[in-house]
Amino acid sequence: MKQKFDVVTSRCVPLPIENVDTDQIIPARFLKATSREGFGDNLFRDWRFDKQGNPIPSFVLNDPTYSGCILVAGKNFGSGSSREHAAWAIADYGFRVVVSSFFADIHKNNELNNFVLPVVVSEAFLSELFKTIQDNPQAEVRVDLPAQTITNLTTGNSETFEINAYKKHCLLNGLDDIDYLVENRSKIAQWEKAHES
Amino acid sequence: MGKTLFDKIWDAHVVSEIPDGPCQLYIDRHYCHEVTSPQAFDGLRRRGLKVFRPAQTTCSPDHNIPTHDQDRPIEDPVSRAQVDTLMRNAAEFGLTIYGMCNPRNGIIHVIGPEQGLTLPGATIVCGDSHTSTHGAFGAVAFGIGTSEVEMVLASQCILQPRPKTMRITVNGRLRPGVTAKDIALYIIAKMTTSGATGYFVEYAGEAIRSLSMEERMTVCNLSIEMGARGGMIAPDETTFEYVKGRDNAPKGEAWEKAVAYWRTLASDPDAHFDAEVTFDAADIEPRVTYGTNPGMGIGISETIPELPADADAAARASFDKSLAYMGFKSGQKIEGTPIDYVFLGSCTNGRIEDFRAFASYVKGKKKAEGVTAWLVPGSWRVLEQIKAEGIDKILEEAGFELRQPGCSACLAMNDDKVPSGKLAVSTSNRNFEGRQGPGARTILAGPLVAAASAVAGRLTDPRL
Repeated sequence: MKQKFDVVTSRCVPLPIENVDTDQIIPARFLKATSREGFGDNLFRDWRFDKQGNPIPSFVLNDPTYSGCILVAGKNFGSGSSREHAAWAIADYGFRVVVSSFFADIHKNNELNNFVLPVVVSEAFLSELFKTIQDNPQAEVRVDLPAQTITNLTTGNSETFEINAYKKHCLLNGLDDIDYLVENRSKIAQWEKAHES
Repeated sequence: MGKTLFDKIWDAHVVSEIPDGPCQLYIDRHYCHEVTSPQAFDGLRRRGLKVFRPAQTTCSPDHNIPTHDQDRPIEDPVSRAQVDTLMRNAAEFGLTIYGMCNPRNGIIHVIGPEQGLTLPGATIVCGDSHTSTHGAFGAVAFGIGTSEVEMVLASQCILQPRPKTMRITVNGRLRPGVTAKDIALYIIAKMTTSGATGYFVEYAGEAIRSLSMEERMTVCNLSIEMGARGGMIAPDETTFEYVKGRDNAPKGEAWEKAVAYWRTLASDPDAHFDAEVTFDAADIEPRVTYGTNPGMGIGISETIPELPADADAAARASFDKSLAYMGFKSGQKIEGTPIDYVFLGSCTNGRIEDFRAFASYVKGKKKAEGVTAWLVPGSWRVLEQIKAEGIDKILEEAGFELRQPGCSACLAMNDDKVPSGKLAVSTSNRNFEGRQGPGARTILAGPLVAAASAVAGRLTDPRL
C-alpha cells in the first residue's frame, strides 16, 4: 500500500453525483474480508453491476470512453460509514487521486492513510472540469503534490490545494503515521506517567 | 478567553503537536468490532508489535452476528470467519472480548456505556462512525479508519487535525410524541448531510438538557450524519446518575474525585465556538426521511419537497437519482405510504427506552398483517431489562417477536436483509441506497413512528 506520491498526469473518470457515501463506494456485504486486497473488484458494486453481476453499461467505470487514475466526484464525497474498505477499494481499483469540492472527514483521512490523494478544488474549478471531461474524455489533469497544484491541462486553469506539511512529507516519502507513533512510544509512556490521576 | 467542553478534553489529551501537522492525541478508551479490525491486527503482526495498552481496548462482535440461535455457529462461513478472527486476535493480543452469547455482548456502542467503560472527560475511538454516541457523556468520541485502529493498538495515540467547534442549541420543550430521534433528524435536515463536516458539535439548550442518557446517546449517535466528527453534551446530574455504580465506573473516593473533575468540563460562559446554530424545540414534529441520505428529511405531515430552481446539475442529478430509487415524487404526501418492514434497533435506537416507547404505543393494539417487524435489542442486558419490565409480554400480545442482539438490519451484514424494492421504516441511522439490503428502500424514523407504522401498515403519525 505504501507508495511514494509526486506528480500525476492522467485522464479522469467523472462521477458528477453529490454525497457519494461509503456504502455506495463499497457495500457492507463486501466488508467481510479479513485482508486489504481485492476490494477494487467491488468498487461502486451496486451502481456498476446488476443483480446478476452483469456490468451496467451506462455506469462510468464500465464505459471504455473514460479511463485514468483520477476520479472526479461531486461534493461531499465519502460521507457516512468510517469503513476504510472504501479507500482500499479506490486504491485497489487503481485510482491515485480523488478530486471533489468537498470531502467527508473520516474518508479523507482514510484516503491519505492509503496514499490516495484527496484534492479539494473550488466549485467553479470542479464544474469546469466536469465540462472539460464531458467535451473530451481524453482531457488530462496534472496533480503536482510538491507544488500543491492541480491543473486542467485543456483550459490551463490551475488551483492550489491544501495539505498539511506533515501529511505531504508522508506521501512524498512513502511513510505512514504508525511508523511515526511507534517511534514515539517512550514519549507516550512518559506522558501517561505525568497524567496519572 | 474561556474554553469549550471540547477544548478542555482535547487539550488534556494532546501528547504533542506536529508543526503544521496533526495533534498526537492520547486515547483513553478504544472499542473494537470484527469488521474494521482484522487488517489492523495483521498490521501489528507484520510489524512485530504487541498492543501497547491492552487494558484500554474492549472488543465485541456485533455487525455480522445473526439475531437468532446465537448459541449455534454462524451459518454464513464468511461472517463466521470474521467473528472468529476477532476472537482469535483478542486472545493473541490479550484484549477483553465479549463474544456471542456472553451476557455482556451487544452492539459496541450500547455495551460501552452500559458497563461504565464510557466516562465523561475521556477520549474514545472505534473503527465505526457511530462512536459519536459516547459523546452523550461529555466525552470526545469519534469514528476512525482501520489504519487509525492500528495506530491506537500500537501506541494508544492517533494523529488527528484539530477540528473546529460548533454549538447547536435547542431551546424550549419538546411537544408530546416527539422523541430524541426526531430532534436529531430535524437538525440533520436543517444542517444537510455535510453541514457540520470539519466540526465537533456540542449540543446545548433546555430541550437537550432535559433528555435522559439514552436519548442523549441517540442525538450524539447521529452527529456523523451531518458530517460532524463527533457530538457531545456536557455532563450533569443525569450523566452522573447513569454512570454511578456501573461495572467499570470509579468507586468510593475515586468516584467523588471523578465527579468533581467532570463538573469542571462544561463550556465556559465566554468560550468561543467557530459556529453557533440555534433551533426551537416547538418547531419539531415526528420526522421521517424521504431520500437516500439522512439529511433528506421532513416532518411527517409535510410533503416531499422540490429542489430549488437554481440547483446545479450535480445536485439535480443526485436528488433525482435519490427520489427515483425511493419511488417518490416531489409534492407527494409521505404520511400514509404503505410499508413492508419495520426495524427497531441499532446503536441509534436499540436501548431500553426505545423498547419502552415502542411498547407504550403498541400495547393493546396489533401488528398489521403483511408487515414484517424485526425488534432487535442493542445488547443482552437490554434484552434482560425488556423481560424484567414485562415489555416482552406486551410486544408478544401485539404480535411482535423479539430477536437476539446485534447490529442486524441497520446494515444487513447478517441475514436480516430487507428484500429489493421493499419499503422499511427503520429506527437506524442510514437510508443510503442498499443499506438494508440490495435494492431495499429505507425511511428513517423514531421508535414511536416505527410503532405506529407497524400497527397501521403504512407510515403513520404516532400522535393521531
